[in-house]
Formats: sequence, structure tokens, C-alpha cells
Amino acid sequence: MEYEAVIGLETHVQLKTRSKMWCGCANEFGAPPNTHVCPVCLGLPGVLPVANDEALRLTVLTGLLLHCQIPGRAKFDRKNYFYPDMPKNYQITQYDQPSTANGWVEFEFAGGLARVRITRAHLEEDVGKSFHFERHSGVDFNRAGVPLLEIVSEPDLRSADMAHAYLTAMKDILVYGGISDCDMEKGMVRCDVNVSVRPRGETKLGAKIEIKNMNSFSGVRRALDYEIPRQIAVLEQGGRLAQETRRWDDPAGITEPMRSKEDAHDYRYFPDPDLMPFEPVEAWLTEVKARVVELPLARKQRFIHDYQLPAGNAEVFKNDVPLGDYFERVARQSSNPKSIANWVINNLRARLAEGTTLAGLKFRPGSLIELVALVEAKTISTSAAQQVFAEMFDTGKAPAQIVQERGLAQVSDASAIEQFCDQAIAAHPGPAADFKAGKAAALNFLKGQVMKLSRGKANPSLAGEVLERKLKP
Amino acid sequence: MLNRLTIADLADRLARREVSSRDAVQACLDQIQRVDGELHAFLHCDADAALAQADAADAARRPHAAPAGRPLLGVPVALKDVIAVRGQPLTCGSRILEHFIAPYDATVAARLKAAGAILLGRLNMDEFAMGSSTENSGFGVTRNPWDTSRVPGGSSGGSAAAVAAHECIAALGSDTGGSVRQPAAFCGVVGLKPTYGCVSRYGLVAFASSLDQIGPITKTVRDAATLMQAISGHDPLDSTSVPRPVPDYAAVLTGDVRGLKLGLPREYAAVGGLDAEVRQAVDAAVKHFQSLGAEVVEVSLPHAEYAGATYYIIAPAEASANLARFDGVRYGLRVEGADPLEMYSRTRGAGFGAEVKRRILLGTYVLSSGYYDAYYLHAQKVRTLIRRDFLQAFEQVDAIVTPTAPTAAFKIGEKTSDPLQMYLADIFTVSCNLAGICGVSLPCGFTANPKLPIGLQLLGKPFNEATLLRLAHAYEQTTPWHREIAPLG
Ligand SMILES: [Zn+2]
Repeated sequence: MEYEAVIGLETHVQLKTRSKMWCGCANEFGAPPNTHVCPVCLGLPGVLPVANDEALRLTVLTGLLLHCQIPGRAKFDRKNYFYPDMPKNYQITQYDQPSTANGWVEFEFAGGLARVRITRAHLEEDVGKSFHFERHSGVDFNRAGVPLLEIVSEPDLRSADMAHAYLTAMKDILVYGGISDCDMEKGMVRCDVNVSVRPRGETKLGAKIEIKNMNSFSGVRRALDYEIPRQIAVLEQGGRLAQETRRWDDPAGITEPMRSKEDAHDYRYFPDPDLMPFEPVEAWLTEVKARVVELPLARKQRFIHDYQLPAGNAEVFKNDVPLGDYFERVARQSSNPKSIANWVINNLRARLAEGTTLAGLKFRPGSLIELVALVEAKTISTSAAQQVFAEMFDTGKAPAQIVQERGLAQVSDASAIEQFCDQAIAAHPGPAADFKAGKAAALNFLKGQVMKLSRGKANPSLAGEVLERKLKP
Repeated sequence: MLNRLTIADLADRLARREVSSRDAVQACLDQIQRVDGELHAFLHCDADAALAQADAADAARRPHAAPAGRPLLGVPVALKDVIAVRGQPLTCGSRILEHFIAPYDATVAARLKAAGAILLGRLNMDEFAMGSSTENSGFGVTRNPWDTSRVPGGSSGGSAAAVAAHECIAALGSDTGGSVRQPAAFCGVVGLKPTYGCVSRYGLVAFASSLDQIGPITKTVRDAATLMQAISGHDPLDSTSVPRPVPDYAAVLTGDVRGLKLGLPREYAAVGGLDAEVRQAVDAAVKHFQSLGAEVVEVSLPHAEYAGATYYIIAPAEASANLARFDGVRYGLRVEGADPLEMYSRTRGAGFGAEVKRRILLGTYVLSSGYYDAYYLHAQKVRTLIRRDFLQAFEQVDAIVTPTAPTAAFKIGEKTSDPLQMYLADIFTVSCNLAGICGVSLPCGFTANPKLPIGLQLLGKPFNEATLLRLAHAYEQTTPWHREIAPLG
């Protein structure tokens, strides 16, 4: 029997706000322990939360980017459980009235487009971080109260690779929208996975198994690559699967059951009486809508369509937004955007990697257009163009000026070319004879010699024509 | 006897520089010295710190005769030990916070400081404001200054007793189900529960967040108006505080109540356990209002009988989450254990008293999966109906009149063995918090033997404290009750 996996993801993302969710403390990674804390985020007696408006805006912005509905009323609830890293021993979250719901995300997968439905993206607060020392434990509350977005997908994913592609696409969207830096190293993205398997064709879901503790997208893929065959093997051996929570052991590369105690929570959700329900007004929504950006996939598709770029080039500009923006600025004024893209990707990007920024470029965008035009008009050869680019990058000089100063203009004067050709044939009688005898490849050798003699300035196609004419009987 | 003065009189004499703030604070300290051993209204009072504040106030007054915007300059005020004052203890009457010092100011504390008040000390209370007698304090009971064998009411029993015994000029309490009004009634002083959202809760240690309000406990209605002026108004640190302008409360104290309509709830006439002397005093007060030109009509609050049950679901539910933070991890009492869970249960087992544990259990139960709909959700629906009852009644009347409590102060220990009996002490007060409206208790007479104060409650429309103050002031100024001084006063 063939089995298929049914996967849903819960992705937690730290929002890119200046301050925390309920207080004015900095939302900043890497500070010494317990230096970004105050009575509010430490849960001291008597304090009250005040919602960070930017976090509310980023949540709704995420909803808009994920094609979600934005309900007219959202509220905050308390999720009750005791844990040393939780200052209040309840987490403020959105339980049954989230800020956004019922959306979808589309991404490239397996040579086509995949669409995964988004159940909801809701706002909550992060908790502190426990550290265990030899004889005691400590908690760093710098992270406590950092705004956290939980994005819940429908169980529309079918494989580990698809889950990985979904997460990558989600990350691209969140980074594009300025919603989160999604820095995995800093723990800004965390993932829980729900996975079950069923015989292909079956519509009922199998026992849902939750996997926790993956701290990278590849960790999610590896955990699923382990878990899916494990579940199938259980079923194939006639076993039964029960709903449970498992923990991913990354070094060991396995999932293992969590103690049932850790799983048996009754969170006793109830509306947080300290916070008023949130009802976005029209002007507020308009402001958020103005921050909606083009989605990564749409950008890629537009680059392919508008500039006739190969998918690979468009992908580069999707991933490197500043470079893509630079390209677009130049390409809009050029009659040959494809060539512009090649220069930007093959030459400019390599030089930028050495440490220059786009803002620090010495040459004007117009110079790139000029360079492409010079090649197109056959004023310079492509090899000369490489020299021109190198100098224009270093000095900022205009291409025409460089061509003139260095005498790089292509020689298209027939008599000069004839002379070079005669010299080449005379110096290499062997290949000349080969060509006459029908070896077409020998012409390229002779053409190369002409270029050499002309120090790269001869118009290569003209040189070819002349050589051919001279050697043809 | 400067400690016997009202805010109005003391501020007046301070302004005319007949007396100094140091003298006033010293008079209060002397009174505390004299009576608090028996009364036990104060949990903490740092005499040197109070005198230093007084000296600063006297110095501030020197260059200007009447500093603008500092109506309480030099006036000693004491706070219930549930309101944070930077550098002062904040125990909430609980062993779990026995050594906790607040590192920040509650908004009301900051506003009192800005108005020039001397923050004299910390007043006893039922642990985490859970109780109606102050017997649930982790640090010993407070006694009633009218009869020290009796309770002062609760949970703001320390605040009411301290004001009635003239240990301070005025006090703040907090009211979740009657905790300002009922002790005010038992101690023969004025207690106001403002409309929910009128006074910032920032820095008030939460018992039941949707019900809690800080309110003044004072010797006169005018003093209550003065404190309200200082502490109310929108606070960006409290999302539930309502942004609306603060009226001029003193301006309404005209003595004129002609044309105002008072409502008598039909349902309260049938309340069992209402003491005959209390009933007579309230009836007499209603007649007095009529003689002053107010009109009296009957109103109906059909869901009033469910207020107690509703309150004892919603308040414990919220409390069960609010008190979860007292876990021994970051501050307060810690009793070590082998793992966090053991530390939690040992710390909380040792730190909380019986009534607090009872309410945490109750609240945890009503929020549990499978019970939530039947209890919590149902209670919220009834709460909406109760609020609607009041808003409908207020379409006909300007205020509703009831007794504050069914009896005068009861004996210490009389009801401790029966929590349900104790809960009945709040029967007339809880619906005000559930409805989110405002209410005031003021003295309306005494029982004959023993002589114990009786409280009259006036309930008002949301954000219509001014009308309550106007009515209460008119009544007070034409009756003798507020001039009586307690044996321990
Ligand atoms: Zn903070």
C-alpha cells in the first residue's frame, strides 16, 4: 500500500519592533542577561500590559501578505501554565479571535506552484530563556514579552521537501514585508510540526503527531524525513499510532516521545481583562495596507515577464532585493534588459562581494546602459567590454571615455582587417590548409589569431567573413 | 489634634501657614503610636521618611503661598498595602510578599505625590483583597475603632479603620466587590468606588482585573472629591482606563439635590438577613433625601439576586491567573524544592492563606476545560444582564439607594468558619463592580447598642461620580453622623 503524509506547520516568528509587546523595553537580541527588563516584562505585582501598536500593525500586515481576512475585532487571552521562564505564569495570546485568519501562501515547488492554506496568524508574547548551570538554573528575561507571531497552516503539506519549501517561502515573505528578520541563529523563527500518515486516496486523517524542538528549516525537513517513514513502518507492521507529542533530537537525528506530563495541559484560556478587544479602524487599516509589498514570487514572475529574464536571473533578483531594485532602475531605461541583468549578475555582483555597496558605486547607472549599447553596436568587443567594466567600476569613468583613452574601439575598417587576416594566414599555413580541406573549426583558430594581432579590437564577425572569403577557393 | 482634621481643613490651615506639614504628620504619628497597637491598621509606617516628606512639603510651600496644582501639599495620606509606592513595602497582606519592596510607583501614588501628598504608610487588608473583614490578612486582624472586638470590614479594613481612628487624614483602598464601601460603612467614614476605567489600576496588585478599582476612603464627601480629583483620569499605562476629561468634583458640592431622582430597587426589599436597624437607618435616609427635594421612585434590578454567584465565579477565575506569578522564581517568598513544580507548590502552599487558596482553586475549576462554558461563560452573560439592569434603571433615576451592608460590623471570628456567610456581607456591593458603575458609602446612622456606624450606599451611572458626590455631600451636610468620633479616634 502507498502512504502519504499530511503535514501542518505552526511557525513562531519574532516581530521586528523596536520595543517589546507590552512595555518599552528594547526588543534586541544578544544583550547581557536581564538587561532589557522592567516591572512589566518581569511580571512584578501590579503591572499592566499596554499593546505595542507596531506589533499589531505587523500582524495585520502579515495577514494581508498571506491573503488573510482581517476580522473587525480581535482580542487577547490568557493561556495559563506554570513555567520558570514565564513571568506571569500565563502567556498573553489570541485564542479564539485572532487578528488574521483564513489566508493562503503560494510558492514554487516541484516544478510548479503549490498553495497552502493559512488557518491564522495571531499575536502573542515570547517567554524568557532558561539556562542550566552545574548546581542551579537561571532565567534571562530579555526575550520575555517580545512580540511573537504564530502562523498556523492547514494540513496541506505532503512531504518534508514541501514543508521546507513552504518555510523558505514564508521566510521570504516575512523578510520582504519587514515583519521579521527571521534570523534562525538568533531564535527568531521556531517551528512545531503536526504530521500524520494515511493510505493514499484515504480522506480521513491519521493520528496527529506533534513534533517540537526543531530550530532550523533543515531540522524540520530532517525530522519529517525521519518521522514519516517511522509512522508508515508502524502501520505496515500492523501497529497503531496514537496522538502524541514527540521531541526532535537533532544530534541523534530521531524523534522520541515526550513525557506525557509535558503534554497534558489544560491551558484554561480566558479573555485577558487587562486588554481591550482590538477593533482596527479604517484609517489604521489604510496605513497598514500602504505597507503591503510585492510578494517574492510575484516579483520573480514579474521579472521574467517584464524583462524576459531567465528564471535563474529572476530568482537572483528575488533573493537579493537591493540588487534586483538596482537592476530594475537601470533596466527600465535600457532597450536590452537581458544584457543589463547579465552584467549586474555576472560582473557587478562579483565586485560587490568584495565589499562595495550599491550606494557606494562610483559609476552612474547610465554607464551600464552605455556599456551594453557599445557592445550591441559592436563598437567594442565583449572581451574589451570586460576591461571597460573593470575600469568603470574602479574609477567611475564613462565607458566611451575609457574606450577612447584605451583605444579599445573595435576595428571594423575592412582594409585593416584584411591586413590582419593576411598576416594570420601567412603565419599559420597549416590551419589555413585545414580549412580549405573542409575543417570548419580551423577558422576559429585563425579568427583568434586575428584578434590577437589586433589586440582584441578587431570585429570578430567581420574578421571571420574576411578569412572565409580569402580561404574559399 | 491636627490628625482629626479633614483634607479640606488641613489644606486650608497649611495654606494659611497656621500649621506645618511636619506638625500634621507628627500628630498622625502620635495617634498611630497611641492607638495602632490595639487597632493594627498599619502594616508599615516609616516615621522618619514621613517627616522628611513633610519637611520637603513645608519647604516647597515657603516661596509661594499656594502652589498651583498641588492641592494635597503636606497632607498625610496612607495607602492600602496593595498599591505600589517606590521604595515602600508591598505585601498585599500576604506572607508570600512579606519582604517585597515595590521598585516603582503606581499611577495613583505618582499622582498623589505630584499633588503634594505625604505617603504616610501601608494599611492592612485581607490577603490580596480577598475578604470582607480583614481577618484574612497574613499579618493579623485590624480592629474596628468603634468596637475593638469587631472587624473593620474588608478588604480595605486597615484604610477605613485608620481614617476613622484619625491615624491619617485620608486613605486609598481598592474595591473589587465592595472592599472600599463596606469597610467605610463599618467604620463610619466615606468610601467611593469609582466607575471601572475612571482611576488607573497601574500599580494596583490585581485581584480581579475586570472588577478592581482604587477608591478614596475619607472623613467627608468633600475629601473624597478632592482625592478623586487627584487620582482619576486617563493613564496610558492602563489599557482599561478611559480617556475622558475629569470633571471638577468640588464644583458640584452645592448642597442642592432638588430634582434629582433616587431609585429604590424593589428586589433588595426582600433580601434576607437585612438588619432591622440598618433598614430603619436607610429608610430614614431616603426620607431625608425627599425632604431635601430629591424624588424617590422604585426601580427594578431583576438579575440582582444572581450578582453574588456571578461575582464568585468571575473574580476567582481572574484571580487564579493574576496570582499565578507568585511562584518563588523572581521575587517574594521561596521555599526550595527538588524541581520547579515542587518549589511552586511549597512556596504557594506556605505563602498563601486559606481564603486565597480557596479562591485560586475555585477560579481554576471554573476555567477548566469542560466547565468553562457552564461557569465562566455563563457568569459573563449574567454579568451583561446585570449591567443592563442598572443602565435601564439609570434611564429613570440619577442614583440608586441601598444599604452598603446588611448589618453593622460583626464580631471578630463570627464568620470565619463559614465562607458563604462571609460572602453575604458583600450582597449589596458586588453588583456595582459587575456592572462597572460607581458607588459611594457614607454614614447614615448608628445602631443603638453597641453603637456601631451604619452605611448608606448610593450607586451612580458610569462616570457620574459627580452626581453621587453631590447627593452624598448634601446628605452629609444636613446630618450629624460624620461628626461623631470613634472611641479609638
Ligand atoms: Zn519591559
